[in-house]
Amino acid sequence: MCLGVPGKIVSKDNYTATADINGNQVVVSIAMTPDVVPGQYVLIHAGFAMQIIDENEAEETMGWLLELRKLGEAYEN
Amino acid sequence: MKTDNAYNNRLLQEIRSFAKPAALMEVCGTHTMAIARAGMRDLLPENIRLLSGPGCPVCVTSQSDIDRVIQLARNPEVTLLTFGDMMRVPGSETSLQECRSRGADVRVVYSPLDALQLARENPQREMVFLGIGFETTAPTVAHTIVEAQRLKVNNFSVLSLHKIVPPALEVIFSDAQMQLDGLICPGHVSLVIGLGPYDELVSKYHKPCVITGFGDEDILEGIYMLMRQIISGQARAEIQYRRVVKPNGNPIAQKLLSRVFQPVTARWRGLGAIPGSGLTIRDSYAHFDACRRFSIPEIEEKTIKGCACGGILTGKISPAQCALFGKTCTPLNPVGPCMVSQEGACAAHYRYAPMKGRE
Ligand code: SF4
Repeated sequence: MCLGVPGKIVSKDNYTATADINGNQVVVSIAMTPDVVPGQYVLIHAGFAMQIIDENEAEETMGWLLELRKLGEAYEN
Repeated sequence: MKTDNAYNNRLLQEIRSFAKPAALMEVCGTHTMAIARAGMRDLLPENIRLLSGPGCPVCVTSQSDIDRVIQLARNPEVTLLTFGDMMRVPGSETSLQECRSRGADVRVVYSPLDALQLARENPQREMVFLGIGFETTAPTVAHTIVEAQRLKVNNFSVLSLHKIVPPALEVIFSDAQMQLDGLICPGHVSLVIGLGPYDELVSKYHKPCVITGFGDEDILEGIYMLMRQIISGQARAEIQYRRVVKPNGNPIAQKLLSRVFQPVTARWRGLGAIPGSGLTIRDSYAHFDACRRFSIPEIEEKTIKGCACGGILTGKISPAQCALFGKTCTPLNPVGPCMVSQEGACAAHYRYAPMKGRE
């Protein structure tokens, strides 16, 4: 029930934004994420953009996971 | 799970190298479903046990609260607006879906804002939104109530059965029968509440907590992070789901929650009454509180005969250990809420466990 889907903000006005979810345009409230700008991804729940998604979140503090990721990729290639 | 994914395999390999026995609990219905769908229990080594906890808001809603909702839906003045998940949940006699087929005005909405919009379009009807959900959903309802006040919508109210997760985790951690070694914490509840509540739990109970996302890779990383702490005897609250969850959560959503709601004792299926785990509407928004607007009697809790949801929601037994599982209780004919909600442990197990596991 706490399901959230990612969507990309395509335009915004004061209180609402249009987000693209898998090619569908939906209007969402940005009351919880007023600073979002077009081009950013958000996590959408019950018609609200609940949080801005940061794909580049600094991962230094989890160095060992990064190491594992690299090992995984090396293994793949 | 896609086992051709090199990184997932690598993670599994690392996880398998941790020899220590550990019981990990997931407390989010979306995790329950993702773990069952990926067949993850079979991929993990035998020393790691995954338990499902009270993570689905539909499943933990008490029988008596469902009976109260049904009473309200029968009021001819009322249109009840609800998320679809609640329609089929059995009360002690009937469900909202059955009520609707007998003429009650019950409608499904996707967002609480849609419910407010419907109230504005139908000013002659009493429109009541059924507020069910955890910290992920409750701020959206809080915002909707603030909007209703701003727009002076007089025919809109909310029946708030919202619950908050940390007090329930506290009950689980302090249960002497419950031998838990770590918690796979809910990603979307935590995007609102952040790390703070888990830091408190960790300092009290010394069990690792990792806020985890919902992809196969996320869940494996979450399990890896928990095992890493368990092996080295540490206990910290950590975030695996960093792209979405910030350490301080979403402060705007938190402010909305405390502006509109105040904590009360709430009854959880399986866990009983837990102080401070429910959210009731504050006096300043009393006008939008369906409980004050309509007389909705307290109804005595009746248990569903034979349903073992209580044990399942606390991770004490697995769905296949319920005598009704797969026999009289199936997704088409659910006896208890854990089979109704797709995210319920019984429904997830029924859908994804191999046939032999269903016996
Ligand atoms: S199988 Fe059905 S009756 Fe048994 S615990 Fe699950 S929901 Fe309840």
